[in-house]
Amino acid sequence: MKDLTDRLGTLFSLGDITEKRDDLAFVSVAPDLLRAVITHLRDVEGFTHLVLLTAVDWIEGGQFQLTYLVHNRTRARDIGLRVFIDREEATMAGIHDLWPTAATYQRELKEMFGIDFPGSPRIDEEFILEGWTDIPPYRRDFDTKKYAEETYFHRPGRETFDPATHMKDKLYPGEAS
Amino acid sequence: MEAFVKPGEKNRLKERPERPVKQELQPRVVKTPDGQEITVEPLKDYYCEAPPRVHPPAYAKIVEDLFNWARAESLWILGFGTGCGAIEMRPLMTPRFDAYRYGIQWRPTPRQANLFVISGYLSVKTLKRAIRSYEQMQNPKYVVGLGSCTINGGMYWDSYNTIKRLDRYLPVDLYITGCMPRPEALLAGFLELKKIIKAGKGEGANRYAENFDWYKANQKQVIHDWDMPDYSW
Ligand code: SF4
Repeated sequence: MKDLTDRLGTLFSLGDITEKRDDLAFVSVAPDLLRAVITHLRDVEGFTHLVLLTAVDWIEGGQFQLTYLVHNRTRARDIGLRVFIDREEATMAGIHDLWPTAATYQRELKEMFGIDFPGSPRIDEEFILEGWTDIPPYRRDFDTKKYAEETYFHRPGRETFDPATHMKDKLYPGEAS
Repeated sequence: MEAFVKPGEKNRLKERPERPVKQELQPRVVKTPDGQEITVEPLKDYYCEAPPRVHPPAYAKIVEDLFNWARAESLWILGFGTGCGAIEMRPLMTPRFDAYRYGIQWRPTPRQANLFVISGYLSVKTLKRAIRSYEQMQNPKYVVGLGSCTINGGMYWDSYNTIKRLDRYLPVDLYITGCMPRPEALLAGFLELKKIIKAGKGEGANRYAENFDWYKANQKQVIHDWDMPDYSW
């Protein structure tokens, strides 16, 4: 992977580079460089397969992290591009023109995280939720437990045990835990 | 039947914005193959507007008992799988557990089925489809809730997207506990359901008709984009 990241480094200004395995590395790039890097990877380096596009909500730092994982079939290796965008103004340039399948990922990210990809096909349509009115549910400030308590009927009598202490009490009763 | 209770203090539905009717449901003018122009109003034309009715038992107890015996011995399950439990149906219908020897078989459409096995968690989106399928089944019909998820939410008890108590939305005749229940548990459950039906207690469809407003109010409380008629028979 070193050869590849070195080559990329001479062309683009890259952020952190983490090499996880011989065939997997992650590279941080600035949002406005992403399209250039990923197009280069696809057309020059042979990373023709978009494996996934996901997001992580770093609420403490006020950022969303997008991960674009692409795969090179002939050399059987993957590279992940990490992009950090602002959480409040969550907008990112789409890559649906490079891989049409990316439009589906982008629609999902719009619905679940509220990250907008202007111009992506059907980006404003509902994806899997129907009639959702709250904030996007994968954002970490969405309290799923509270929402479930307010929205649904619950059957009383549900008990929760901490598995470790519960099994200890059951298997070794009388012993101080 | 309990009074209609709101879960939690705040009713989120109050704040929900009006949603436009989906395009395929809007009234429109279409041209028939022989050139006539007709107006179709999908919500009116494609569904029966009358709410469900309570079906009284037969004129004599002995006749009703005969009917119930016949109903119990031909449980036809709607092939509609939700959640993980649907996977247990496959061994059940194939030679290893062979539910067919009890007069139980699977049918592809709601019209041909009289038993709806809700086989696990129901997301709000699936609930909508489940309600429509249930309403299209012919009377008498039965609902079995399979697994913890239908009983109290199971491991999805704090999920934003699944209902926690099936019996608030559909009339449940029987629950089978477990996560997930084995095919043997299902067979035991079906035998139990037969006893319930033979005793004349499998009255779910009538309960649904009697408390129709209560069920509808509960259903609409979670299904925010209600774009179907109240009774989609
Ligand atoms: S009860 Fe368990 S097996 Fe059944 S749907 Fe829920 S999680 Fe899955």
